[in-house]
Amino acid sequence: MTNNPFPLSRDQLLAAYRTMRTIRDFEERLHVEFAKGDIPGFVHLYAGEEACAAGIMMHLTDIDRIASTHRGHGHCIAKGVDVHEMMGEIYGKSTGACRGKGGSMHIADLSKGMMGANGILGAGAPLICGAGLAAKFRGDGGVGITFFGDGASNQGTVLESMNLAAIWNLPVIFVVENNGYAESTSVEYATAVDSYVDRAAGFGLPGVTVDGTDFFAVYEAAGEIVRRAREGGGPALLECKTVRFFGHFEGDAQTYKAKGENDFNRANRDCLKIFASRVTAAGVVSEAEIALVDREVASLIDAAVESAKGAPLPTPRELLTDVYVAY
Amino acid sequence: MARKISYKQAINEALDLEMRRDPTVIVLGEDIVGGAGAPGEIDAWGGVLGVTKGLHAKHGNRLMDTPLSESAYIGAAIGAAACGMRPVAELMFLDFMGVCFDQILNQAAKFKYMFGGKAKTPVVIRAMVGAGFRAAAQHSQMLTPMFTHVPGLKVVCPSNAYDAKGLLIQSIRDDDPVIFCEHKALYGAECDVPEESYAIPFAEANIVREGKDVTIVSYGLTVHRALDAAEKLAKSGVQAEVIDLRTLSPIDWDTVVESVENTGRLVVVDEANPRCSIASDVASYVAQNAFGALKAAPQMVTAPHTPVPFSPVLEDLYIPSADAIAAAVNKTTARALAA
Repeated sequence: MTNNPFPLSRDQLLAAYRTMRTIRDFEERLHVEFAKGDIPGFVHLYAGEEACAAGIMMHLTDIDRIASTHRGHGHCIAKGVDVHEMMGEIYGKSTGACRGKGGSMHIADLSKGMMGANGILGAGAPLICGAGLAAKFRGDGGVGITFFGDGASNQGTVLESMNLAAIWNLPVIFVVENNGYAESTSVEYATAVDSYVDRAAGFGLPGVTVDGTDFFAVYEAAGEIVRRAREGGGPALLECKTVRFFGHFEGDAQTYKAKGENDFNRANRDCLKIFASRVTAAGVVSEAEIALVDREVASLIDAAVESAKGAPLPTPRELLTDVYVAY
Repeated sequence: MARKISYKQAINEALDLEMRRDPTVIVLGEDIVGGAGAPGEIDAWGGVLGVTKGLHAKHGNRLMDTPLSESAYIGAAIGAAACGMRPVAELMFLDFMGVCFDQILNQAAKFKYMFGGKAKTPVVIRAMVGAGFRAAAQHSQMLTPMFTHVPGLKVVCPSNAYDAKGLLIQSIRDDDPVIFCEHKALYGAECDVPEESYAIPFAEANIVREGKDVTIVSYGLTVHRALDAAEKLAKSGVQAEVIDLRTLSPIDWDTVVESVENTGRLVVVDEANPRCSIASDVASYVAQNAFGALKAAPQMVTAPHTPVPFSPVLEDLYIPSADAIAAAVNKTTARALAA
């Protein structure tokens, strides 16, 4: 029996890897399929940032709520939203998570505590304060997590919400996924502080910055922050410094990036490679087990794409339903 | 047992009754307790005009003062609604929508549809509307049309204490987001209101005066101006029917159309600015759906296309007056009188 140096069991490690691999393959496949022209609208891919979603969401259950972003596929998968329903939604099909009425930017599954991807930057922060308030009134121990990028970190909604969460001592966590780019604009240009921990301090919140490509760093920091919030210790901020393998949206030529930047990140800052090499080097998980997950995920994504492509479109009457619960 | 209470007391009573009935009802807003953390009385204000006064003593921390952060607390109310609560958030003045509209327009209004029918957002946003308080351009607007334009929102604007109580109770029980517009000039207006709880269904307009010659449609404060105009017109032999819409989205088209089919004439009175207003909406609906019944072109009596002015002499000119309404009625009857 190999000694396990990690804070997760072998099964948990494989589950974490499966989540990250599912996100990666989902996004890589969308990159290919989008170029074929079958997918309507905008698609913002999360590839490169998988360790953030997986490392945080492993601490949550369905009673915990998250508010996501336009770059939300990874959060959905890590929170347990069905991959077939997600793919169906992205193709605009009636089998989608939102019956084809939301699209990539609005995938939600409230039964899983997923309050929606969001096309408005920073909009999730006030909403998650409401989720935290509801959990506090119910006393159910639930926590709320809002994700936002370095770009949306400069929205007034985020700043107002940090203050509100602080004064009401809400079980809410602000996660900055700092991938260095607000669309095309660099974080160095657009954000006045060097560290989001400094900004959190301005609101009286504890904050921590971690390497968002290191699953274990995210997992451990998130574990402490989530535990504290669950026990009534109040809100906190977690900054994950991460990388975005693709552009802001599909079709972005990314000429604002440095030459070779994506190749460098894929070679040196790929959270899946880093994770797999650590757990296999420690002898806790074998390369064969990793390869098995890879094959299983590949067929899951194949099946999701095939079923989404073949799924029925919404019927015309769907245009007029679901505006109100009752009018 | 009915007794006379004010519009303001009726709103307070509706909140009290619903908070007693349903533990998921919470109330939040700026100064709604009115003294949180201050050295004096914790509920010194009970809302900037005292509408929620006394509720904190009855319901404790289910009423919460908020920081001056409309985006954060209106959004929090919406988020809590999506998580099973029934929050009533007070925006104080509806004019403040400008600093939190995304949460209403792109979040609350969209969840149900955008998530394929799987979400509900039973939030009420209470706010003061209307002119007459010498509060000038940023605290006096009738912004109802900005909200009726948005699918997914319901918009309510009571004209009296009885309706205020019954419509607020309905708004809190409703599973959709409701913008509940309280006309600040009506807070002191009293009428008979039952002590017990009752809900007034949405999209049921109230015929507040019957008449056979012309239909005057309005809501909020200007219902009273329309009644004053009808009183004057009666002296010259014109019998005006006055309809109080009560809810603007959903709206009771049937009552409006039936009345116009009886009278053949329509005057719509709206304190909002004229372009894309409730007035233009009602006039166009009637023109499209009851054209054959019309004996004259529909008339609109609205605020001018200006911000609300400060100086009392100008503000009084801004709000549709009984004289202006009577003049509009006379325009619709002029051809008949000339004939």
